[in-house]
Amino acid sequence: MAYHCPTDLTAALQIVAQSGGKVIAGGTDVYPAARQGENPDYYLDVTRIAGFSDISEGPDGFRFGAATTWRQIAGADLPPAFDALKQAARAVGGVQIQNAGTIAGNLSNASPAADGVPPLLTLEAQVTVASQERGKRDIPLAKFIMGVRQTALAPDELITSILVPTIPRDARSAFEKLGSRRYLVISIAMTSALIARDAEGRITCARVAVGACSPVAQRLPELEWDLIGKRVNEVNVTPRHLSPLSPIDDARGSAEYRRDVVSEQCTRAIRRAAGDE
Amino acid sequence: MNENAQIKGTAFTLDGQPVKAFPAPGERLSQVLRERLGARDVKIGCNAGDCGACTVLVDGTPVCACLTSAQQVAGRAVETPAGLCRADPIAARLVESFQDHGAAQCGICTPGMMVSAVALLREDSEPTEDVVKDALGGVLCRCTGYRKIIAAVMGAEGRAEKTTGQVGHSIRRLDGADKLTGREAYGDDVAPAGTLEIFLIRSPYPRAAFELGDLAAFVANTPDIEDVLTAADIPGRNVFGVIPQFVDQPVFAETETRFRGEAVAAVIGTPKAICDLNPESFPVTWQEKPGLTDVTSAQAPKAVQLHKGRDGNVMCGGFVACGDAQAALAKADVTVEGHFQSGFVEHAYIEPEAGFAQMIGGRVEVHACTQAPVMDLEALEIILGMDRSHIRIIPTAVGGGFGAKLDITVQPYLALAALKTGKPVRLTYSRVESMQSSTKRHPSDIRLRIGADATGRIRGFDFYGKFDTGAYASWGPTVATRVPVHASGPYRITDYRAESKGIYTNNPPAGAFRGFGVPQAAIAQECLFDALAEKLGIDPLEFRIQNALETHVPTVCGQVFMQGVGIGACLQSLRPAWAAECASASTFNAANTTLKRGVGVAAGWYGCGNTSLPNPSTIKSGIRAEGRVVLHQGAMDIGQGANTVIAQIFATALGVPVQSLDLIGADTDVTPDAGKTSASRQTYVSGNAARLSGEALRGQILERMNVSAEAELAIGGGMIRATDAAGTQVLDLSGLAADDEGYVLRAEETYDPPTRPMDENGQGAPYAQFGYAAHLAVVEVDSGLGTVRPLKFVAAHDVGKAINPMLVEGQVEGGIAQGLGMALMEEYIPGRTENLHDYLIPTIGDVPPVETIIIEDPDAHGPYGAKGLGEHVLIPTTPALLNAIYHAVGVRITQIPATPSRVRAALRAAAS
Repeated sequence: MAYHCPTDLTAALQIVAQSGGKVIAGGTDVYPAARQGENPDYYLDVTRIAGFSDISEGPDGFRFGAATTWRQIAGADLPPAFDALKQAARAVGGVQIQNAGTIAGNLSNASPAADGVPPLLTLEAQVTVASQERGKRDIPLAKFIMGVRQTALAPDELITSILVPTIPRDARSAFEKLGSRRYLVISIAMTSALIARDAEGRITCARVAVGACSPVAQRLPELEWDLIGKRVNEVNVTPRHLSPLSPIDDARGSAEYRRDVVSEQCTRAIRRAAGDE
Repeated sequence: MNENAQIKGTAFTLDGQPVKAFPAPGERLSQVLRERLGARDVKIGCNAGDCGACTVLVDGTPVCACLTSAQQVAGRAVETPAGLCRADPIAARLVESFQDHGAAQCGICTPGMMVSAVALLREDSEPTEDVVKDALGGVLCRCTGYRKIIAAVMGAEGRAEKTTGQVGHSIRRLDGADKLTGREAYGDDVAPAGTLEIFLIRSPYPRAAFELGDLAAFVANTPDIEDVLTAADIPGRNVFGVIPQFVDQPVFAETETRFRGEAVAAVIGTPKAICDLNPESFPVTWQEKPGLTDVTSAQAPKAVQLHKGRDGNVMCGGFVACGDAQAALAKADVTVEGHFQSGFVEHAYIEPEAGFAQMIGGRVEVHACTQAPVMDLEALEIILGMDRSHIRIIPTAVGGGFGAKLDITVQPYLALAALKTGKPVRLTYSRVESMQSSTKRHPSDIRLRIGADATGRIRGFDFYGKFDTGAYASWGPTVATRVPVHASGPYRITDYRAESKGIYTNNPPAGAFRGFGVPQAAIAQECLFDALAEKLGIDPLEFRIQNALETHVPTVCGQVFMQGVGIGACLQSLRPAWAAECASASTFNAANTTLKRGVGVAAGWYGCGNTSLPNPSTIKSGIRAEGRVVLHQGAMDIGQGANTVIAQIFATALGVPVQSLDLIGADTDVTPDAGKTSASRQTYVSGNAARLSGEALRGQILERMNVSAEAELAIGGGMIRATDAAGTQVLDLSGLAADDEGYVLRAEETYDPPTRPMDENGQGAPYAQFGYAAHLAVVEVDSGLGTVRPLKFVAAHDVGKAINPMLVEGQVEGGIAQGLGMALMEEYIPGRTENLHDYLIPTIGDVPPVETIIIEDPDAHGPYGAKGLGEHVLIPTTPALLNAIYHAVGVRITQIPATPSRVRAALRAAAS
């Protein structure tokens, strides 16, 4: 068993090409999932790889290094379209978790209730991954997470960064999280909305994504389509809009409840995104 | 700092000092700090980032040490709670401020709170309440209710008085400083690093048959495994329990397990061997059998019987009747009835069960967290088949108990392993093990019907409650007995019938949890009282005041108290808040459509001490020749404050400053039995023993010195000075013979509450005293989502005499937080909510301000009039919240927890 903590990507990709290892960044999912008496062949710590903790703006959009923490995101100087992501960052666990947990860790863990996924879906984020053998590739987030704890990441690949391509002008966003307590809570349901409006207040761009109500968080295309041209006070979320969702009954809430409450969350998130609370 | 880390070591700065450790790859920082670098002030509560107890600063940033690999801090600066307390001026201020506010109770979360607060205050010296909550939201506390922590961090003026600590003074906890600075040693903090460890093999099924394989081969073939223990290794009897007629739980199951998490074997090995032990490698084969997972299936005609002689899986029942409930109900002008249900509630103390044992001079010595050291000793006598003189129990500090640390947990495994190996051994339950195997609050299924006449007098009360006691009895019989006695609430009810049954199932054993079933019963009674008041058109608070129990009026057990029935005063004290909050809610509701506010009230009572059974406490004290006064204080302090309160009572009785006492805690070799920390009995029962001990010692001194009863004593410097109107006398202690413990004067006194047995109708005198409580809760319900946000509590408690008002407030706020959790979010589901992220307890953002009103209606028996308090505090909380929800949105929640899902479903049902 070994603990690798490389500082450059090439070395990291060389290590991850060997099977049996565990990639670790914030440790907030790795340790809780650890099982008594079972150890990986090696740990690959990605937190010291050059550029992995950087947030940068380039011609192709905003890029978040894989090991960017929620605390960094919450405190970053980003356009209003990222407000939902920042609100989600502040809703992840408590400060200890926000200080350690990373954006790529949240995506690769592929929990249906991952707080980062709905806002990143509305930002149409791309996941940049790399391997020693095949180099880099970009995967749209909606295709990256394939199921509960399932992603498109190959065993020899690492997530290197998350790219948010150019966002619609004047877009604003909001995140709604519903849980049974204030802090340290896994969402019963959550909704992220990104909205742009014209000078008359009519919606020109709408993206809405819902988490914890299906194996993978989902955009709601029919709702988004219906929102175009409407004013915020005309928003009416119908069961048809929620058809991509397939909520389950669990200890946190019933499927029926999730369906019921999500339409309320969508309405609230859209209103808040539009600055009309 | 990469591949060769294990060989080259991981170097970092620990509290300003360069250190180097040699952790295994991926070893948690918490483990390295505690076991390799001696920083036992870093506490581990969950090992999953759910509780924040292990918070440390890495380069100034708070993180959970349990989620941080040791290698990640290479080259970085790590700061621990103890280090900060030594060197950081902000931490130094917090150490004082936490003590002045009573912000640490059991103290197990305190290091995590302190570290988080230091990180905050370095960036923001004057944070708002919301900022404090955000900064501390990642640390769970189960004792305090958080409000005093918020006040301490915000730097509000402290509550503590700097006095001699006589009865009635809000002095700091006498054991507070160690809790703040990280010196306090809990169950997992006493074993030397490297001690052999134990891993328990537990049933993965609610019910299963099993066969053990070749254990000798397993031991021989697994490196560094020392031995395995099973039922075959028990020299005495393989059974334990807390109530003599209901001792039914094995230390190790023998052929069949009765609940998920039941132990069948214990593996003993070096720390590395236990860390590397894969449970799959242990030779056991399981055959899952259909389990009975609720009381209905357990009572079905052909249900498998869990225990011999318990037909229909009925463990036992309780019964109280007076007058004629049915006849009164038939004649009542109005009646209401309801069906109320609750689930398992987990104690969720932040310190998991833990301890250490060793053989000393042929005797076995157990150091573990416990609420009942002498009961632990008695259980081990039976299990080990050893005379009690060969066993010593030295309790560690206890990081929360709330009832579940009354039962033995780690103790028999530790003792058996120490005996078998002859070596020191150590065992700490993981959070999942703790939650699977510890006792729970009983799930309840209650049907109740209450009548009243048109003037609002209660006419007829008929209660039937079934309680799921799980696989073993534990304190189930106590719940069955207590519930019918208390189900009336603190009211005058002349025609009453209450029956309870405890039913065995294949669920975890349900046992003692703050209130012993009374909180569940109070939900039914207090919610139906609101329904009755509504039907009668009477204000719900006035309805309760009208029916409140008074002195000279018999309880439903026919017991008549001539003084100290303070429920009327509690309820009346809520009148101003009730009027103001109802008006304020009404104004708010007129202006809001989705958010709705409501106000609810509820009351409760609780009998202190055992129910109609002997329940003595003994307190010993002595004076040494050099003039030191020593108090042997055996009442376990599990955070509630016995170490302070009992000492205050003793010091008052003797007439010396409490700070002058030398305190010796529970230890079965040197401190007499002060009974269990349970049933809200320590202030009352052990407090009385302390009072008697102090008075007896004072009596000896006065007599010897021939001074008046009013004499002021000064003890020290090898002498006692007694000053009264006649002048000052001096007693030279060096002239007195010392006994074998070194005492020249000593007094050991016992107090046992006067109770009388109950007859077949529950008529008698079950308790020498009751304490009383009434709560008012204000909530805001988001009718669109079904979420409930408590906004405020006003809590009135009749404590007879507040020995330490600051600690009274602490109990009230902490009890309310637990009651709030039970009401709104907590439900233990075996196999599904076995950790602290699926099982939710309130965080710092969930507990609103609590205004405590202390009522002092002195009790005839209590020391200086004092009554118990610990359990009373959460009895009214849940029904007050449920009544407030009804007031806000018009729906009655009859099954707790009132999760958003349930509240919203009720709202939808009401709308359609």
